[in-house]
Amino acid sequence: MSDIAERVKKIVIEHLGVEEAKVTENASFIDDLGADSLDTVELVMAFEEEFGCEIPDDAAEKILTVKDAIDFIKANSAA
Amino acid sequence: MFDLTGRSALVTGASGGIGAAIARALHAQGAKVALSGTKVEALEALAAELGDRAFVTPANLSDTAATEGLIKSAEAAMGQVDILVNNAGLTRDGLAMRMKDEDWQLVLDVNLTAGFRLSRAVLRGMMKRRWGRIIGITSIVGVTGNPGQANYAASKAGMIGMSKALAAEVASRNITVNCVAPGFIATAMTDVLPDEQKGKLTAAVPAGRLGDPKDIAAGVVYLASEQAGYVTGQTLHINGGMAMI
Repeated sequence: MSDIAERVKKIVIEHLGVEEAKVTENASFIDDLGADSLDTVELVMAFEEEFGCEIPDDAAEKILTVKDAIDFIKANSAA
Repeated sequence: MFDLTGRSALVTGASGGIGAAIARALHAQGAKVALSGTKVEALEALAAELGDRAFVTPANLSDTAATEGLIKSAEAAMGQVDILVNNAGLTRDGLAMRMKDEDWQLVLDVNLTAGFRLSRAVLRGMMKRRWGRIIGITSIVGVTGNPGQANYAASKAGMIGMSKALAAEVASRNITVNCVAPGFIATAMTDVLPDEQKGKLTAAVPAGRLGDPKDIAAGVVYLASEQAGYVTGQTLHINGGMAMI
């Protein structure tokens, strides 16, 4: 399970170009990591690609923090 | 100026008069070009004429699966798509009162919906690379209207609105989305018009002549270039002064 968390964090670090230390589980993509709305769409698409799952729009809207993403993927991922 | 060396362009409708001219012009500026269309022989002849850096990627854009597959085949051929020229288009003219649903739908599907699907598919890579150019070939009639072309005019006006929305969405990623709106250009599409109508149309062009496909291609090259990076959400009218908007 921690593997999923690591992979999620890696995507966030690479995509947003932020320091690893900032990417805590409670970090908000927009408020803490400087993402804009396009970034959040790109992140969701990157998660879908990495974990082979589909994240519907209504679920994507609720993914606001690193932890939200990890929890959703843990619950829905086939990987 | 306008050097496109190292860029990869996909041109739909490349077997048509305007599409072929666009492909030639982008290629002449150094770009790799993927030529799409339904007339495979014409595409292969054009690729042979261009030589290196030209690839044939046929697709029937009235077919959803083929449209989705086109970006994949263009990326397989060129590595990526930096410049997408949504040029493919067709007409099914008729007065609205007599226009069949199929004729409305086919024109909207090919001229507008396929362009949206292709744009959506290339945006992913463009966003990642932080560079992209999407250029829609619309038409003067999308702005002025034209009797007998309710479907075509709607598709071309739709392309302008879509381009503005996309432009606003992706401008922060160094991706521009623009349209070129040809006026009356000498191509197979306008050849079929009766001489009387052609005469009338030419008389309405202050430049006093029909446009040449090269006139359109030059506008596309500009919008595809590095130098046009601050131009987005615009429609460049190339029509000899026929409509000044």
